[in-house]
Amino acid sequence: MRFRLTDDQRALRDGVREALARRFDGRALRAAVEEADRGGGAGVRGGARGTGEGPGRSAAGGGGAGGARAAAALDGRGHGGTGSSGGPGGAGGPGEGRAAGPPRLDRGLWRALGDLGFFALRVPETDGGVGLGLTEAVLVFEEAGRALLPGPLVATHLAAGAVPGAATGETVVAAVDGGLVEWLAEADAVRGDTTGAVPLRSLDPLTPLHRVPAARPAPDPVAILLTAAEQLGTAGRVCELAAQHARAREQFGRPIGAFQAVAHLCAGILVRAETARAAVYAAAVTADPADIAAARILADEAAVRGARDCLQVHGGMGFTWESEVHLHLKRAWVRTQRAGGVTESEEVLAAALTPETV
Amino acid sequence: MDLSYTPEEEEFRARLREWLARTLPALPPRPSPDDWPGRRAYDLGWQRRLYEAGYAGVHWDATPSVRLIFLEETEKAGAPYVGANFVGLLHAGPTIAAEGTDAQRARWLPPILRGEEVWCQGFSEPEAGSDLAALRTRAWRDGDDYVVSGSKIWTSHAEVADWCELLVRTGPAAPKHRGITWLALPMDAPGITVRPLRTLAGPAEFAEVFLDEVRVPVANRVGDENDGWRVTMVTLSFERGTAFAGEVVACRRVLAELAVEARKNGRWDDPALRRRLGRLNAEFRALWRLTQWNVSAAEASGGVPGAGGSVFKLRYSHARQDLYDAAAEVLGPDCLDLDRPWTPDRLSSLAYTIAAGTSQVQHSIIAERILGLPKGR
Repeated sequence: MRFRLTDDQRALRDGVREALARRFDGRALRAAVEEADRGGGAGVRGGARGTGEGPGRSAAGGGGAGGARAAAALDGRGHGGTGSSGGPGGAGGPGEGRAAGPPRLDRGLWRALGDLGFFALRVPETDGGVGLGLTEAVLVFEEAGRALLPGPLVATHLAAGAVPGAATGETVVAAVDGGLVEWLAEADAVRGDTTGAVPLRSLDPLTPLHRVPAARPAPDPVAILLTAAEQLGTAGRVCELAAQHARAREQFGRPIGAFQAVAHLCAGILVRAETARAAVYAAAVTADPADIAAARILADEAAVRGARDCLQVHGGMGFTWESEVHLHLKRAWVRTQRAGGVTESEEVLAAALTPETV
Repeated sequence: MDLSYTPEEEEFRARLREWLARTLPALPPRPSPDDWPGRRAYDLGWQRRLYEAGYAGVHWDATPSVRLIFLEETEKAGAPYVGANFVGLLHAGPTIAAEGTDAQRARWLPPILRGEEVWCQGFSEPEAGSDLAALRTRAWRDGDDYVVSGSKIWTSHAEVADWCELLVRTGPAAPKHRGITWLALPMDAPGITVRPLRTLAGPAEFAEVFLDEVRVPVANRVGDENDGWRVTMVTLSFERGTAFAGEVVACRRVLAELAVEARKNGRWDDPALRRRLGRLNAEFRALWRLTQWNVSAAEASGGVPGAGGSVFKLRYSHARQDLYDAAAEVLGPDCLDLDRPWTPDRLSSLAYTIAAGTSQVQHSIIAERILGLPKGR
């Protein structure tokens, strides 16, 4: 048993972190958020939803059909996928039915992620992929979570090898998940039935959302695990942010981190993050559904509570739009709605408690 | 990252399993919690069996992985807990092994391993709980002896112990951490009074120990005079390393038993309870993985457990309390019945967030040593 990162895995993690820092640093994140914020205020083109007061509600009521993107339902390998230009309402069609409003996905960034091997990571080398495993994917998605990378990362990663262009980042693939679709308007291909999709006013400025009435298929365990990995990235990042702030910010003549109440908040963030780390990494190694369910529960908790406590440590500054903390919390909340949510994972783990395991 | 064990380790597991299956049915019945002489004899008897089968030194000599397998398998098989041998095997023994002289190792280690002598721990004092450095029990040199006066508290197994790993203040003028010395105190020395303390859980699990000019040979000092703090840290890092690994396995078994009970009494149909048990399953699975993570880190660093032990201890002690709170929900009104096994366990679990450094102290350790926050007050 050597339950630690190998040298190669550490190098991969560090390499991805550096590459992301170059390509999507704090400045880029802020610019993307500000652009999304400006765009959101101007409303959404294509009649997907109204502007002004209560646009979400009015869209849900009446603008649904117009705003819905009638994307092809891809079932992966069976049909060989749909190319970026082949999908109805694909890249070529900013007009009809396209909820083309901000935020826009940075296609250059997406291709850069493709070049990094983000999407082709688990595609066999013989098929032109990177040929790595679930463990490496978890490390990479943890970094994505840390960096607050926007876009349907998990959906595109899972489509690599099945949807042309997904592996290289040429194609943006979204997926219906738990009654929601992230980044529907920017996607070139969508997996799942988006009939009746209605945009909602997303709480996360960098994750546009549509609600879909479609039936909910059982979530893909890999999707759950990679989501947990992103949550772990958030948990680690907010721990750093909280500790940095607690060391630097002075009140009553001392760094606030010298006050036990603040120090213990920070320690709590770390404890949850490190517990989640052990669970997420172990699930990556075993790929066992119960391990994955456990990883998801722990990672959701670590990310959401971590971000909330980080916000608390930042005090009033944490409550402002200028601080980056709210973005971590909002994204963490978005991820909690993915892949069956915590409820389903808890039921999986309850069902795993059988007389045989006594 | 790899969670598989080597063929040698798996062979060790198989041999141990086979031995446990053969040995456990032949064990005498466990004595009642109040029967101290009986508990001493039972715990030493179990240690003796381990010694004869070649497993006595697993806590010290084996790699952390093998130790983990040992703890996992013995707990899964329902083998006796380390019991009165806890301090000898997990505190005093490792400390003497790491810091003692050859003569000290030869004197004290074999009787621990062979199940002949019981140790207790004289660290805490009425005025120094988690703040160990505040201890006041004094010791001064008189010829070849130290003369010790003061009192200790929360001393587990003091009634039946042969030896006590004792922390005393030898340098009253030195800064708090610098004036402490580690002594092996023979519990039959004149001037020692042991007063059992009844706990809220019922039986007297530990005692107060009063020391009135007790003479301890200087030869019983482990490490240098006034260097006891550093010596002690060796011991404590052991405690926060793999010491609770077997208990995590035990908690996972209890959790599965709770599910069986809930299915039997109908409470399983309550989705809120089911989900609560599911979440606890996530918690204890994660704690097991965290143990493996810490063990791997310890192996990489030459066997010394790191600060990750504080993370584990903190999380585990609260999880254990949550587990028995959930048990109470499964039991319903029966949770008030002391004859239901989970009721005394629920009471005992209250100690976990206090003993071996309170949760608040663990938070401060993590904040200062891992996150680098300024020292608090």
